[in-house]
Amino acid sequence: MTVPADLHYTESHEWVRTEADGTVLVGITDFAQEALGDLVYIELPEAGKTYAARQVIAVVESVKAASDIYAPVAGTVVAVNESLKDAPEALNQDAFGSWLFRLQPANAADTGGLLDAAGYQKQIDSEK
Amino acid sequence: MLKHTPLFELHSAAGARMVDFGGWEMPINYGSQIEEHHAVRRDCGMFDVSHMRAIDLAGVASRDFLRHLLANDVDRLVPGKALYSCLLRPDGGVIDDLIAYRLGAGTGLPDIAYRLVVNAATAATDLAWMEQVRARFGQADLALRLRTDLALIAIQGPQARARAAQVAPQLATLLADLGPFHAAVQGDWFVARTGYTGEDGCEIALPADQAPAFWQALAAAGVAPCGLGARDTLRLEAGMNLYGSDMDETLSPLEAGLAWTVDLRSPRDFIGRAALERQQAAGGLRQFLGLRLLGRGVLRSHQEVQTAQGPGEITSGTFSPTLQASIGLARLPAGVQPGDEVTVTLRSGPAPARVCRLPFVRHGKVLAPAA
Repeated sequence: MTVPADLHYTESHEWVRTEADGTVLVGITDFAQEALGDLVYIELPEAGKTYAARQVIAVVESVKAASDIYAPVAGTVVAVNESLKDAPEALNQDAFGSWLFRLQPANAADTGGLLDAAGYQKQIDSEK
Repeated sequence: MLKHTPLFELHSAAGARMVDFGGWEMPINYGSQIEEHHAVRRDCGMFDVSHMRAIDLAGVASRDFLRHLLANDVDRLVPGKALYSCLLRPDGGVIDDLIAYRLGAGTGLPDIAYRLVVNAATAATDLAWMEQVRARFGQADLALRLRTDLALIAIQGPQARARAAQVAPQLATLLADLGPFHAAVQGDWFVARTGYTGEDGCEIALPADQAPAFWQALAAAGVAPCGLGARDTLRLEAGMNLYGSDMDETLSPLEAGLAWTVDLRSPRDFIGRAALERQQAAGGLRQFLGLRLLGRGVLRSHQEVQTAQGPGEITSGTFSPTLQASIGLARLPAGVQPGDEVTVTLRSGPAPARVCRLPFVRHGKVLAPAA
């Protein structure tokens, strides 16, 4: 299973990409999409809303179950990936290429507290 | 320690995602649950259902025993015919649901009077209960035998019987002639035209050691291996109950959409009869109906339903790959009508849903009215 080296990760299986403008893109990992099974519904946050770190920010539902998505860092929603609402299966097909929302972190240094690829790989190895 | 069916190694080798289902390590899917679902609706898929338990009854007292034990009447059966029934507690609660096949003289299994196929998780409880009821029959000629030597493969879909005949030519005539809800025997294979998907198809019980080769031959002939995930969305579209979700020991079959399986016409003394007659006389029984979510979201079991007649509850919910909408089975107050709009409490808040008759889908066709 792939774990791209240029991303950060949470223990709850979100990936985080830091962009040049200081915002972060957030999605769910390949491990998460496979565990969830076919995704059929996604509930995204509203742009402009502010969330604390580890607060529930979105929901993805598969044929099996609903799963909460947590804000990886504190911040404000800048944009959401509207195209996923009509094509949630894109998350199954390309988890790392399908972002859910873009956050403006409250504190740019916060991503430093997330897992790196090696740390996340270690975690999913322990969950298998 | 989870139990394994004779096909476990094949599922693992195929990369199936496995889950604990009633104490058995079973495939939930082999990749995409939705693709497996469509394979069954459009062509043909197969399920390892060897975790379900066959219990054979022998002896002349088998008939009287089953007429006392089951809510449906096995006297409706000619040899080779199947019957769906509930196994009830004296208070009318459902211990399990099962299929009873009548065998005996005139079938390929003259020494077996009936074969019952019960759910995996409830099999031990069922057997203990049957032994307890059997004691009431004293020295009567009656033997119960749990068939741990068999594997069970369900082949389902519009092409199921044709594909099975292609792989097992010795079954071709049998499969072509077999009527719906009938079973027949060929050598040591037991073939029934039954299933849990709302499509045509068959379920084949065969010696465990022959199952892997048959499974592989079916796969080679293009029959899609399907997991419990697709089995659940298929049965839900077909409006079929799942034990433990849609009914259990605390619920009457009369409130679980199973009144049609309870035979109160024949003057039989079956377990639970008095309780069901009291419930029926008291009236006000809740109904078991379908729901179709009108907007986005997914219906899930235990979500609350508000109707003009009072509250109800979703007992099973999912996303329907055929309807491309979320559907559910629900227990709703008396007086609610198909077509009514009700409010369901989703994770995200209240949302409108339409009440509809079951099933949603049958033989590949959508029967539920458009939202």
